[in-house]
Amino acid sequence: MDHLDALEAQSIYILREAYKKFKKLAMLWSIGKDSTVLLWLARKSFFGHCPIPLVHIDTSYKIPEMITFRDRVAAEWGVRLVVGQHTQALAEGMGPEKGRVLCCSILKTEALQLLMAEKGYTGLILGIRRDEEGTRAKERIFSPRDRNFEWNYKDQPPEFWDQFKTDFAADTHIRIHPLLHWSELDVWRYIRREEIPIVDLYFARSGERYRSLGCLPCTGRIKSEATTVDAIIEELERTTTSERSGRAQDHEDTYAMQKLRARGYM
Amino acid sequence: MTDTLTPPATARESMSVVLVGHVDHGKSTLVGRLFYDTGSLPDGRYEAVARVCEDTGKPFEFAFLLDALEEERDQGITIDTAQARFRTDRRDYVLVDAPGHKEFLKNMVSGAASAEAAVLLIDAAEGVQEQSRRHGYLVHLLGIRQIIVAINKMDLVGYSRETFERVRAEYLAFLGELGLAPRNVVPVAARHGDNVAAPSKQMPWYDGPTILEALDHFQARPERRHLPLRFPVQDVYKFDHRRTIAGRVESGTLAEGDEVLFSPSGHRGVVKRIERWEARRTGPAEAGESIGITLTEQLFIERGDILSHPSHPPRVSQRLQARLFWLGNRHLAAGRPYVLKLTTQEVTCHLEGIGPVVDTATLAARAQSEVAKNEVATVTLYLNKPIAFDAFTDMVETGRFVLVDGLDVAGGGIVLEPVEGDYSI
Ligand SMILES: Nc1nc2c(ncn2[C@@H]2O[C@H](COP(=O)(O)OP(=O)(O)OP(=O)(O)O)[C@@H](O)[C@H]2O)c(=O)[nH]1
Repeated sequence: MDHLDALEAQSIYILREAYKKFKKLAMLWSIGKDSTVLLWLARKSFFGHCPIPLVHIDTSYKIPEMITFRDRVAAEWGVRLVVGQHTQALAEGMGPEKGRVLCCSILKTEALQLLMAEKGYTGLILGIRRDEEGTRAKERIFSPRDRNFEWNYKDQPPEFWDQFKTDFAADTHIRIHPLLHWSELDVWRYIRREEIPIVDLYFARSGERYRSLGCLPCTGRIKSEATTVDAIIEELERTTTSERSGRAQDHEDTYAMQKLRARGYM
Repeated sequence: MTDTLTPPATARESMSVVLVGHVDHGKSTLVGRLFYDTGSLPDGRYEAVARVCEDTGKPFEFAFLLDALEEERDQGITIDTAQARFRTDRRDYVLVDAPGHKEFLKNMVSGAASAEAAVLLIDAAEGVQEQSRRHGYLVHLLGIRQIIVAINKMDLVGYSRETFERVRAEYLAFLGELGLAPRNVVPVAARHGDNVAAPSKQMPWYDGPTILEALDHFQARPERRHLPLRFPVQDVYKFDHRRTIAGRVESGTLAEGDEVLFSPSGHRGVVKRIERWEARRTGPAEAGESIGITLTEQLFIERGDILSHPSHPPRVSQRLQARLFWLGNRHLAAGRPYVLKLTTQEVTCHLEGIGPVVDTATLAARAQSEVAKNEVATVTLYLNKPIAFDAFTDMVETGRFVLVDGLDVAGGGIVLEPVEGDYSI
């Protein structure tokens, strides 16, 4: 077993634990590379099926290609797609000009909160990775959230030997992170090996590409000539810039991401 | 192994190493330093930390490269584990920075449990402290056998060889009592980079490896495919006409046509097919793989059963003898039910007997009727029904378990060889 085989086997193990232990389970699909890899791994875990519904939180500010890609792949792979949108906040004029951190916490976090309450999900699978940024590095694979969606990062339950937290109080939920141990390069090398379809926005057009995908107003492109997966891997092997450097909400203040995530941001 | 050629980049070995030690002895600084000295820092990270330090009127802290939470930087302590990735010519590393404060022992265990090797770090000026011993003990209990010791802050003791030798002797004596022998003991000054990635000019008397070189001397985890087969059933799927038994091969190999024994249920069956979807691997499944199997005959199989080859079955019993560490706020005590989880088996159990309870900081053993947080004890557990397991020394994956108290994992244990009649309090 090589490195990618080991990562894959561990993620499958986690996904199968989640599926076994949670009756009301959903998987967040942001249409980005990580959650698309996650979807692929779910199909591996369940022998070509994806018995877990996919949730996409559509802020209405998403890059249009993302929505096209989402609908095409969902149809091809026959997955159950649940789209959540905070229509009320949008009607009241919520948008990035109201403040990026506020916008994120309403159109993403609160929208997710409303959808989860409506559907009664108690387990939510997300494609976050420890190497993305400092607070994610501290995450557990099975990570509890309280009834207000809050993450108590100062007092997390122990987690070892692949024995996960699957018992929880009513009104709380568990976030499940099957890609926590992957790096950005691992993800791309796996995409190459498995030939997983990925939205075009990651590939360079006119000397620029997206390295991380979010909402149109708040996600920047990086200078890049990488038009293929191979070229992206080569670029990442050389780069020293961090992956989320193009995501505006991370840079609002030093601890912006910690605050967003403590309140339930994904 | 695989039939296609793997590109060299993915064939690189990856190793997870945990850094443990007493609070403030400089773990985060050492990890930050390794991160920095190997050129692995993302752009702007160094500058961002320099800015935070300047704003708060503090000297530059390498530890801040790792400690990401506001509370961690304000108090200068690590609350939960952080990690740094870097590479040497030999392999890729994930270095896990575990918290040193006693209160966060559960986080230290969470970070250390999956590591293949450990660096135990001690402040030269303070010498061996309570958590230096506790962490040494837990690292040993978790089964980590590859360790090095770093004696840090050598600048504070004038780079003195005598001090180094004294701290070294004291700690080696403690580790020796546990049966642990570190490969190297390295004098370092993490803040200044002495003997971290480059040899120190301040300590010409030391001619051993730097921390980075010592890491490269660690050996990769031995392959588990030559051990007897253990395949715990994780779930049984029926998405189509097939009944697929899903699970991960924990050790050994499993091939089509193999006769297998299910324990504890006692069923026997023959493997019809190894099921994979879009997999690059074909043929027998080996340790580490998450797969599915179908059987030639339909049997009623449930999550928890462990498949083995009948010639090398696991043990089955309703009683377990274990060495257990406790992390829960509520003491482990007789009369209360706990859920024991061993691989995918789950069973309610009760504490039947307690042997000596060890204070892991002093190794002093006392007779007690309960086990408190951060204590280690030899216990006998009585289970509601029999389960399948192995002794930890024979088989790691099926020889360890956790105990759940209420909603949370509150302790972990390793299964000992059963000793006849040794069940008394
Ligand atoms: N003089 C000197 N100070 C050091 C050295 N290494 C670390 N320190 C200082 O020791 C203090 C504690 O260092 P940390 O790296 O935060 O300690 P830690 O072991 O990670 O602490 P916890 O994770 O909270 O247990 C900081 O102020 C460091 O600057 C060293 O080599 N020399």
